[in-house]
Amino acid sequence: MLTVPATLLRQLDPVATSVTLVELRHTTQKEFMTRNLTAETVTITGHHGDNIEAYMALPTDTASVGSIVVIHHLPGYDESTKEITRRFAAAGYAALMPNLYHRIAPGADPDDAAAAARAQGGISDEQLVGDVEGARRYLANLSVTNGRVAAIGFCSGGRQAVLVGCRLPLQGIIDCYGAFVVMDSPAESSLQATSLLGELASLQCPMLGLFGKEDGYPSPEQTATLEAALTEHGKDFEFHTYEDAGHAFFNVDRPSYRAEAAADGWQRIISFLERTVA
Amino acid sequence: MCTYQTTLVDLDGSGKTANGWQAMSRASVYVDHPVHFASGHAVMIDVLNPQLGPSARVALEMDAASAQALAEAILHALAETPSDILLDTHRRASSSA
Repeated sequence: MLTVPATLLRQLDPVATSVTLVELRHTTQKEFMTRNLTAETVTITGHHGDNIEAYMALPTDTASVGSIVVIHHLPGYDESTKEITRRFAAAGYAALMPNLYHRIAPGADPDDAAAAARAQGGISDEQLVGDVEGARRYLANLSVTNGRVAAIGFCSGGRQAVLVGCRLPLQGIIDCYGAFVVMDSPAESSLQATSLLGELASLQCPMLGLFGKEDGYPSPEQTATLEAALTEHGKDFEFHTYEDAGHAFFNVDRPSYRAEAAADGWQRIISFLERTVA
Repeated sequence: MCTYQTTLVDLDGSGKTANGWQAMSRASVYVDHPVHFASGHAVMIDVLNPQLGPSARVALEMDAASAQALAEAILHALAETPSDILLDTHRRASSSA
């Protein structure tokens, strides 16, 4: 049974003070969401049992919510990715972003931490999987969540979202322009990323992929290779490649931002979460 | 893209960071999304001292032409300086880190 806020009720009937609207019984709870949320820094148990910092945002006006792990991009645990984390909570999902560079640079400015991580060769796939698994467990065990967890990653995090989809019990993954999913990073690079083509058979959850046609990493040819591999393995996936958008088109505070692609992309992300974890 | 190409250089010098002057021991040079410079990508130079922590860092972001000009200016300065003065740029044993 729905509880209708008094303010909304008075819009429907100015003299009403309380009533049960049986005819609205099938209306979803989210239609009455205030979009209220809380956001805070928490400590979670990551790879190897290490305590690491994470940023969590929770909706406060609904219960039994789906969850999402937000994997930050190579530039780190920054303000723009915290904003993305809060956006998920405003949409009615519990969201948690582990600081993948916490061990390397605890308490440092995000750009300093990212520079230190790069200088040390980045983080391993094993650490990434362990940290995301820690975040997944943390979300699944919260009293306000329904135990269903997706993961999303931007840029380098896009590849990492595909990786965790192949190795962890997630209900959905979202790859936003992740490079080096179907090819290795250059051999001479100090940051190594290996192709995930050999792991795709293990992908056990639906996948949403959002890409820019003007991007070179991943290029449209590379996303076509990924699409063919997922089709070959019979996976549940949905790809969208936006015209007039390149890499990082979701990033609102950079020149790469493309409003039309980002707006449509956010709609598709929320629809995907409604289908997979709500 | 977040390019994974990073060139690391060991160096010996000092840099002025948010915490004042500090000894520097390494540089990372790469092309990636800048934090502040208003472009899609930039040539990024981080001069670091990992032993002093992540905040011991001097960071530069610039366009490709600027990076090329800076590199040529460094090479020009080295080429135009007498060798005995170049030898005098070496750290002295009495210098503190």
